[in-house]
Amino acid sequence: MTDQDASLYGLVAEFETGGELLKATENARKAGYTRIDAYSPLPLHGMEEAIGQSYTRLPVVVFFGGMLGMIGGYSLQYYTAVIDYPIMIGGKGLHSWPAFIPVTFECTILFAAFAAVFGMILMNGLPRPHHPIFETPNFDRASQDRFFLAIEAEDPKFERAATRTFLEELNPHAVSEVTH
Amino acid sequence: METTTSGHNQAGYVPPPDVIDRSETYGSVTNLIGSIPLEPRIRPGWITGFLVGFALLQVMLLSVTYLLVHGTGVWGLNIPVGWGFAIVNFVWWVGIGHAGTLISAILLLLKQDWRMAIARFSEAMTLFAVACAGVFPVLHTGRPWLAFWLLPYPNSMQIWPQFRSPLLWDVFAISTYATVSILFWYVGLIPDLATMRDRAKNKLIKYIYGTLALGWRGSAWHWHRYEIASLTLAGLATPLVVSVHTIVSFDFAVSVIPGWHTTIFPPYFVAGAVYSGFAMVLTLLIPLRSYYGLQSVVTMRHIHNCAKVMLATGLIVGYGYSMEIFIAWYSGVEYEQFMLITERMTGPYALQYWALIFCNVITPQFLWFRGVRENLVLLWILTIVVNIGMWLERYVIVVISLHRDYLPSSWDMYSGTVWDWGLYIGTLGLFTTLIFLFIRVLPMIAIFEVRMLLPDAQKSEEKKA
Repeated sequence: MTDQDASLYGLVAEFETGGELLKATENARKAGYTRIDAYSPLPLHGMEEAIGQSYTRLPVVVFFGGMLGMIGGYSLQYYTAVIDYPIMIGGKGLHSWPAFIPVTFECTILFAAFAAVFGMILMNGLPRPHHPIFETPNFDRASQDRFFLAIEAEDPKFERAATRTFLEELNPHAVSEVTH
Repeated sequence: METTTSGHNQAGYVPPPDVIDRSETYGSVTNLIGSIPLEPRIRPGWITGFLVGFALLQVMLLSVTYLLVHGTGVWGLNIPVGWGFAIVNFVWWVGIGHAGTLISAILLLLKQDWRMAIARFSEAMTLFAVACAGVFPVLHTGRPWLAFWLLPYPNSMQIWPQFRSPLLWDVFAISTYATVSILFWYVGLIPDLATMRDRAKNKLIKYIYGTLALGWRGSAWHWHRYEIASLTLAGLATPLVVSVHTIVSFDFAVSVIPGWHTTIFPPYFVAGAVYSGFAMVLTLLIPLRSYYGLQSVVTMRHIHNCAKVMLATGLIVGYGYSMEIFIAWYSGVEYEQFMLITERMTGPYALQYWALIFCNVITPQFLWFRGVRENLVLLWILTIVVNIGMWLERYVIVVISLHRDYLPSSWDMYSGTVWDWGLYIGTLGLFTTLIFLFIRVLPMIAIFEVRMLLPDAQKSEEKKA
């Protein structure tokens, strides 16, 4: 890699429809590129397969969040109502578990929802105010009506000229070099 | 390529003909919705509506101040009616909020395309309605500055809240509901905040939207987790919304007061909540869509479907009323029969009861007719009538059941004072103010979801072929 290449983030192709982006992403994968990302103003179905992403651990995070809420919520009630501040109500016994279910349920949902939201945000590497892709010309339309495919310079198969030719063959609206 | 997890995809997806005007494109819907919060001028209609709401908000400020200075004695509450307007209004507002969660969560799981254009707006309505609801129980505690005593925290008094009480379940249900609704709403906003960031010309506005968007860039890897998070949240919010009004109904049903102690309360409260919520969605949406020219996105299909949900839930509510009466008769318990039949239908509050039956049981029957659902002025009036009816329903349940108990010597009449009305009207002002601020600063329709309704697919399929 030359010095000039060191500052290069990658090559970015711009497309007009989601269908074109899907097809281009598939082709890039088939051509052996691995460090690729596709940017779109809406979720594109079929993109998971096209970009080679099969699964995320997010549901596992949510499950453990929910479990934590459930165990925490029930323990809180058991500790306060049975151990630390026992008051007999209606002769039901101190461990009157049916009365503890609503709060346990609410705590489960609350913690699972927190896990889902913050899990999604953090696993996506957000918040991240700046990213090299924002330097792409016209990229403000990636959140509106344009579709972008980036092949990063770190990709082992990346070669400036060959990759540019490859992208241009996909019939994009434009191809641009993006620097860090 | 086949349809994957959620009901909409690009390849091979044909949008329903009437949920969106098919002449729209990605760019045009972005422009239509995204330009409203960024327009530099302040529309006369917006400022009028905002000022009306803001003036009513001052009534709330006055009512709360007077209440805090003089105590809850300024309300009409006394023994035997210890729960009056505060609880009526609380239940009414929480119920209105439920339509937003139903639209955004349950209809997402049911893959209903028509929800997309109205989900954002309804979720905002949920948040603001829950905010209004929260005012009442907090003030009803009498010393709201000590309302944090409701929370379980180690304290110098060496006591804990009583977890066997439905009133404490309520604290957890409402605070969880408010929190999850905010999270769900914010997650839905992230991609649109990025759109607003990219459209804003003013540096400061760009910076604010950009900060809130967290640096969202629409990456495929991000969208994947985003969609899983959305579906998960919808799956969590669905049982949550049902649990919230169930727990609100437990405040009544777990007691032993005739008129409250009824097993039908949870389902009939949830149906009533959805009923009033959809009525409120239409009350707000019918004028808004024509004022902002959103007819191509919020179509007549949306109006029809909301009206049909109102009809269905209205019928469930009507069934609830008749079952209350039937069970009172069938149980053979004289106190139940006295309260639910004699007292409600012929007692001193019979006018409120029959007005409730007119508003909630007779009115929705007009929605069977297509002509009524298409007449927007008539439909708008019906939605107002239904919300008055739902308020009366809670009034009937709370006040009639309490004002005459087992001992005739303690019977008494109840009516709200000017400060009860002031606080109620004040929360209408709070709600209106928040709604107007919301439509001014945030996209009121989820732009990225509306894009999903557009036929990118056909174009790309043709190119492939």
